[in-house]
Order: sequence, then C-alpha cells, then structure tokens
Amino acid sequence: MADRLMTTRALATVAIMAIGGAVQAKNLVVSNWDGYMAPDAIESYTAATGNGAELVLHATNEEIMGKLIASKGKGYDVVFVSSPFAEVLNNLGLAETLDHAKLPNIANLYPEAGALKHDPGNSFSVPYAWGTTGLCYRSDKIAETPDSWMDLLAPAADVTGKTTMLATDRWLLGAGFLAKGYSVNETDEAKVAEVRDLLIDAKKTLLAYDDTTFYAKLVSGEAVLVHAWDGWCNYGIAENGDIRYVIPKEGSDLWVDTMVIMKSSENKDAAYAFVNFILDPKNHGWAAENILYKVPNKPAMEGLSADFLDSFPNMKISPQELIGYEQLRDVGEAQRLYSRTVSEIKAAQ
Amino acid sequence: MQDRKPVYLMAPALGWLTVFMVIPCLLILALAFFRRGIYGGIEYSFTLENLALVFDPLYAGIFLKSAWIAGLSAAIAVIVGYAAAYAIAAAPARRQPMLLFFAVLPFWSNYLVRTYAWIVLLNREGLITGVARLLGYDAEMPRLLYSEGAVVIGLVYNYLPFVILACYAPLSRLNPEIAEASRDLGASGWKTFRRVILPMTVPGIATGFVFVFVLSIGNFVTPALLGGGQFQMIGNLVYAQFLTANDWPFGAALSMILIGIMMGLLTLQTFATERASGARREES
Repeated sequence: MADRLMTTRALATVAIMAIGGAVQAKNLVVSNWDGYMAPDAIESYTAATGNGAELVLHATNEEIMGKLIASKGKGYDVVFVSSPFAEVLNNLGLAETLDHAKLPNIANLYPEAGALKHDPGNSFSVPYAWGTTGLCYRSDKIAETPDSWMDLLAPAADVTGKTTMLATDRWLLGAGFLAKGYSVNETDEAKVAEVRDLLIDAKKTLLAYDDTTFYAKLVSGEAVLVHAWDGWCNYGIAENGDIRYVIPKEGSDLWVDTMVIMKSSENKDAAYAFVNFILDPKNHGWAAENILYKVPNKPAMEGLSADFLDSFPNMKISPQELIGYEQLRDVGEAQRLYSRTVSEIKAAQ
Repeated sequence: MQDRKPVYLMAPALGWLTVFMVIPCLLILALAFFRRGIYGGIEYSFTLENLALVFDPLYAGIFLKSAWIAGLSAAIAVIVGYAAAYAIAAAPARRQPMLLFFAVLPFWSNYLVRTYAWIVLLNREGLITGVARLLGYDAEMPRLLYSEGAVVIGLVYNYLPFVILACYAPLSRLNPEIAEASRDLGASGWKTFRRVILPMTVPGIATGFVFVFVLSIGNFVTPALLGGGQFQMIGNLVYAQFLTANDWPFGAALSMILIGIMMGLLTLQTFATERASGARREES
C-alpha cells in the first residue's frame, strides 16, 4: 500500500538514512518503505533502548518478499509488509509467533486492530497503518457528487476523460469487484471475466492509470475524479481545499500495513523492543501526522488536534467502520489469473 | 591478428561482461524453465509452460504492439537524426564539436526528469495548452498526453542523440571529393545524396535504427508515464511479472524472447555494416 510514498519526501529520507545507517553499530535490521516512519526513528530507538539498528528500504511488498523467501528470512529482524504478505510469511513459517508480554504497548491498539481477519489476535503481525480505497474528487469541478463506484467506471459526460484508476492488480480489480457487489478477493473465473469487461469499458473513459501522481492531477485540474487511497487523497486535500474523499456506497477494501518479526531473527529481544517502540503513541502518531494515514493506535489518534482532523476528514473514519470492510487477502494461485486479467485490460484497445 | 596484445587489453571488459551480463542472462534463461511457487517463489520442476505462454495471443499481441511502437520511434528518430547529423557534418569544422555537444546535452539530465518534462508540456493543463489558450484557442484541446503518440514522442526525444552520433561518424568521414566527383560527372544534388552519400552511410543509419529500436522495445518507463499505463509494452509486462505478479519464471521467459529479438537485430545490423564496408573495400 505504501509502496508509492511520495518521492520527494522519500529522497530526503534516503539521504538521512544513508548517513545514519553508516555510523551505527548494526545489530537490528528493519526493512520498511521509504519515508514510512520518522526520519529519526532509528536514532531515537537506539537512544531509547541502547540497541544499534539499521534501516533498509524496499520499494514494494514483492521486492522484500522475494528477498525474504530466498533467504528464508535471514538477514532481517523486523519487516513492514501489507497484510496479505504478512499472511504469506506466516504460511511459509517465516513469521515469529508474537509473545505479547514483550509488547506492552500493544495495549495502545484499538480492539478492532486485534480482530483483523488475516490475523485475529495479532499472533504474527502488528498493524502499523490502515485505511480505505475510494474516490477522491474536485468538488468545484464536478456537477454531481460521486457516491458509487459506477460514477468512476461509467462516468458522467463532464467527468469522462478526466478520471484515473489505480493500476496495481488488486486495487484495479477491486474497483470492479466492489461495483459488482463481489468480494475483493473473488477468484471465480466467470466473475473475474465479468469484471474484466466492465473495466475494459471503463478504460475507454479514463485519462490514465495512475498509482503515484493522481492527487497532483486533481490539484492541477487535469483530472477531476480519481481512484485513490484515503491517505493519498489527503496529499491533494493539503494543497487544495476543494478536494474531497468519499467511500462509495458499495464499500471499500480495508488495507492494512503491518510489522512482522522474523522467526529467523537472532536479535529477537531487540526486534520486540523495536515494535514496542513504534507502538508508543508518540512514534506511531508520527505516521498519522506526517503521512496522513490512519494508525490503529488509540492514544496516538486521540492526540491529533481537532483542526487537523477537520482538515483531513477521512482521518476520522472510525475503527468500527474500517473493520466492516473486507480486507485484501492472499489469493494464492489466483494471483496468476489476476495478473493475466490486468494484462488483458491494459492490452485492450 | 598479427599482434596478440590487444586480447589482454580486452580481458577486463570481457570479465566484467561475463560476470555482470552473461551469467545473469544465463540465470534468467534457466529460470524460464521452472514453475512459479504458490507464494511467488520458484519451484524447481521443469516446464515449457512459461515459454508456450509467451505465444498466447494476448502476450504475442503485446510483443507486436511493442515492436510497432519501437519501429515507428526508430524510423522517426533516424529521419530526424540523420538530417541533424548531415547538417552538423556540413557545418564548418570548428563549429562541429559545439554542435555535437548540444546534441548530447540532454544526456546530462536524468531520463526520468526529461520524461517528466514532456508531461509538463503535454498535459491538459500544460504549457502547450496554455500557449494555445493565450493565442485565443478556446475549444477543448485534443488529448496530447497519455496516448501512443506521446510515447513515440518521448522515445524519439530520448534516443535521438544516439542516432545523431551514429550517423555523424560516417558522414564526417566522407571524403568531400567523392561528392564533388559525382557532381562533376553530372549527377544532381539529390542523386548524389541518394546514390553516393546515402549508401556510404548505411552503417550509421543501421546502427542508429537498431539502437533506438532495441532501447525502445524494452522500455517501460516511457509507456508508464507518457502512455498513462493505458497500453502495455513488453517492458511493462516483464516489470509486472517480477515486481507485482511475482511470477519470475514467466517474466524470465518474456525476457528471454526479448533478448533473443535484440540479439537477432544486433546480428543483422553487424552483417549490414560488414557488407557495406566490404562493398566499399572492393570498390577502392
């Protein structure tokens, strides 16, 4: 989910991390997306616990999964991955079964964060951020307020040619599944084919597929309605007060990014200490304030100012509402069907 | 042949290429014959499925589309680049280095930055639209960005300097007396160009064309950015297999065919160059 964190922010972080990482004693290895935690998180962790640590970066879930599968997890202690991938790590026996006694700060999580379908009770993963996927739009440039996935897939005349959709397999198909009232993890071939046809029709009305700059297209006015993650819509809202976010009436998926401790870790106590450190409301709250993602940490969310919440209304989506949406799950072999279907959509004229 | 010393001088380059290119390519080749594990790993059991899948109409169609876009870009780049190289070669000798310097100047900035520059120019609220509005054009602008045309523009722009350099080399080495002789013998300017200059610079054209074609057919950044991801080129497909679908064996099979196409073309180009220079040697 956070694969595509803003590059600008990321570049600054790389520089800082490169310097920070080089001078410390390295015993704990944490892999995360660029810019997904505070630039000084590693230093603060070292200052707080006395443990040396090193941050390595991955650009996508798939990239870190490739490395973890190849090395059986060796060389990494804590990894940040989206929930379907945490599930795979657990299925492969690479994820540590968590001892909650070593994570006192886990009490800060909302009860809903312990009831996630991919891992009820947080037995192998700790949620770091969560949110929805919906529609982000320019309220000043669109005649009819969108409230349905079909407003994106079969747009009104004034919106045609001014919409974008996410290009990543799961979310692109997800928009079609939700519009049809299917599960976001649907694997029935006939239903997938039906969604493919719907999305091919939708393609003809699109400006572009865009995973990384859609909010900028809204700000410039090039697009007026885009398929977006809530946190990313906030980046647009930060620049233009007419931008709004809505979860379509058919619903959304619930995406969850998690922290997983590797079973092969030789620094387990330090790894637990790191996860516990992140769960401290001050550290966890950083992601909410700076990346504009909801975090499942109750005191961290309660610490956000009323002004901030009013500026970014989707930060107020409650854990009860979030947990009502279906999570993306690992679909195993059906991933191949998904990839092929997306190729068919992209190749269609 | 007489002097064997140059072989030692080539050793570092050959060693580098073997370790960092030949071996990785062979590994990719091997990967194409295995199965994708259920969680995206690799299952080491032999199969030809991945290679067969490349010829599935869906993927073969993407290959053809990529070849079309790469061929079109290469043809346009050759026409534009050859003309530029001709002009540079015809300029006074002291000005030529400066002109060549300008031709390669874009390489000083990053490929991505140059591609983003086209987004700034072409988008619906972009510079070109802005200028058209200033000039009093009020109607809805045709879509410039996120189209096949935008991808071709991006590819031609980015690879043009290669063609200029490739064509400039043979053009600058042409003995001006040959063209003069042709004129003295009664050939018109056009005929001199077509019958004398052009044939002698075919190697440069072939090199330029193949360079642009090979670089374009595997490109994935430009179609993603300027094409708005609305059509896939083979590079995007390979990228997706490795980075999102986690289907390395199929990605490897696609890469293998792509490498095969590139090697075939480079071999043809070498033959064309050999033949052209062979012909020249016979003439002299």
